Amino acid sequence: MTPASDRPLTLAARGVSVTYPNGHIALADATFALPGGTICALVGVNGSGKSTLFKALMGFLTPSAGTVTISDAPVREAQRRGWVAYVPQTEEVDWTFPVNVHDVVMMGRYGYMNFLRIPRAVDREAVADALRRVGLWDLRDRQIGELSGGQKKRVFVARALAQQGRVILLDEPFTGVDVKTEEAIVTLLRELRAEGRLILVSTHNLGSVPEFCDHVVLINRTVLACGPTSEVFTAENLQRAFGGALRQFDLSRSTVEDHDGRQVTVLTDDERPLVLGQGGHLEYRDRSAHEKLVAEREAGKELGRGKSSE
Amino acid sequence: MLQPFSYDYMLTALWVSTLIGAVCGLLSGFITLKGWSLMGDALSHAVVPGVALAYLAGLPFALGAFTSGLLAAAAMSFVKLKTPVREDAVIGVVFTAFFACGILLISLFPAQLDLKSIIFGNILAIAPGDVLQLVAISAVCVAVLVLQWRDLLLFSFDPNQARALGLPVRRLHLTLLFLLSATTVAALQAVGAILVVAMLITPGATAYLLTDRFGRMLLLGSALGAITAFAGAYASYFLDGATGGCIVVLQTAGFFLAFVFGPKHGLLAARRANRRLCLVRPSLEP
Ligand SMILES: Nc1ncnc2c1ncn2[C@@H]1O[C@H](COP(=O)(O)OP(=O)(O)OP(=O)(O)O)[C@@H](O)[C@H]1O
Ligand SMILES: [Mg+2]
Repeated sequence: MTPASDRPLTLAARGVSVTYPNGHIALADATFALPGGTICALVGVNGSGKSTLFKALMGFLTPSAGTVTISDAPVREAQRRGWVAYVPQTEEVDWTFPVNVHDVVMMGRYGYMNFLRIPRAVDREAVADALRRVGLWDLRDRQIGELSGGQKKRVFVARALAQQGRVILLDEPFTGVDVKTEEAIVTLLRELRAEGRLILVSTHNLGSVPEFCDHVVLINRTVLACGPTSEVFTAENLQRAFGGALRQFDLSRSTVEDHDGRQVTVLTDDERPLVLGQGGHLEYRDRSAHEKLVAEREAGKELGRGKSSE
Repeated sequence: MLQPFSYDYMLTALWVSTLIGAVCGLLSGFITLKGWSLMGDALSHAVVPGVALAYLAGLPFALGAFTSGLLAAAAMSFVKLKTPVREDAVIGVVFTAFFACGILLISLFPAQLDLKSIIFGNILAIAPGDVLQLVAISAVCVAVLVLQWRDLLLFSFDPNQARALGLPVRRLHLTLLFLLSATTVAALQAVGAILVVAMLITPGATAYLLTDRFGRMLLLGSALGAITAFAGAYASYFLDGATGGCIVVLQTAGFFLAFVFGPKHGLLAARRANRRLCLVRPSLEP
């Protein structure tokens, strides 16, 4: 069976377990499924198995149990068509290699070229576009080792973008990357989502998850919860995923009083704050973009009141 | 000056050396970047018993050398897989074992086998049949490299990306190993078992110092290999010295020049950059 372009795009892991050679069980029975046109956040503490899951999805680690499929066919099939782009957490490449930034990004385009791998105009355009997006156009002729840590990271993000994969896996693409670039990448991911691609991105930046991810997979050595962000990203679930490891500010126990109304200003230095409302549901920064959700919640409250008065 | 060109054996030696130099130089870019220098050294020694047996049995020498080299490579990966002994130690154990067997064979049949020509090469007395084998090997190697160099480049630089794109990573690994064995066998005749490894490393290492682009590095390595091989063979006529020795000495001289005068990685370039830096920021001066 081959993944046909007309079949709807899905990424599914069923009962994936990974045991490292030293006997450590990094993942046990991880199951989730994602549709196309999604940006999904993969969230969990250090050592929860995020990178392990990525490697298992890519087939770099062979799961001791379970299967991974893309559009109901083995990942290998999708890879052969150049559908799957992957940016690892740490690049294990030889930084002294005589290749420049442009060469490396071009390596994302191999799947589109004939077997001699001679780039055509479309390939050059895709590479140029990806380089501009991550702000590396001016550095395109630099040897790959002569870049800063964040720039190196951006090269590999650019390569994944140039690949224009239908499935894009990004393992902590924002770590060590400045705010401007992060925003540029997020904008780009949104565009890719609009084109129907499937994006899975791991991050420790909880506050930005509701801003651009419509799905969330919470993991801690197995999938704890998976689904739409507004359903999964709740205080209860996050508590389960992180235990006591999260810093929090509880308004009801704070000095904020009723006469303050809804006027509370939340400031953080670089990461976006994650704000949860009463009962632990997610609060969004911009009310106007989520009118429907607010209306639903209002209705829910009415219903609850109705019940309690009976 | 044109005297060497008037002898048939010298003409053959010149063009065969040049061809081998070019092919080895082309591959040397991959060998140096992949970190396979020790592997190349090992294979060049491991082919000796195969060559000895082939000559004894009257078979094509390339067949024996190739079989022997692949057997050694297989033995190395098997031992590495089954023991926690470090890779360089495994390579050391296996190739010296093969080489020792070869030496033993040669010493047992001194009448049929010439130790000197196997160990040091003898391009001046190369048989027409051997020339044919060399040309065939070279043609195959060049064809594979021309068709596949970009895939091999990706595999050498970032095997994970190669796998992510669904490239046959295992097959690319074997292809590179095959090319290494084949060129080793080819170069054996020109410079002998002991100096083969220089032909497979020095041009690539020199080219690496001269450019930052992989494609250019391959071409440059090939050109350096060809030029030094030709000049070395030519010089050996006048010096009446070992061809292999002349070629490798010239290659090393080329490396030394690049090492000192290289535009970016050379010693002088580094010093220039340093001086510029000190002019900008005097406080950095010791
Ligand atoms: N090569 C390995 N051999 C053995 N154990 C490993 C190996 N790599 C990772 N582990 C273990 O597997 C677990 C999951 O690791 P993984 O790298 O997937 O975590 P992660 O969620 O990506 O963490 P981080 O947020 O730090 O990136 C960890 O406990 C780690 O110690
Ligand atoms: Mg990780």
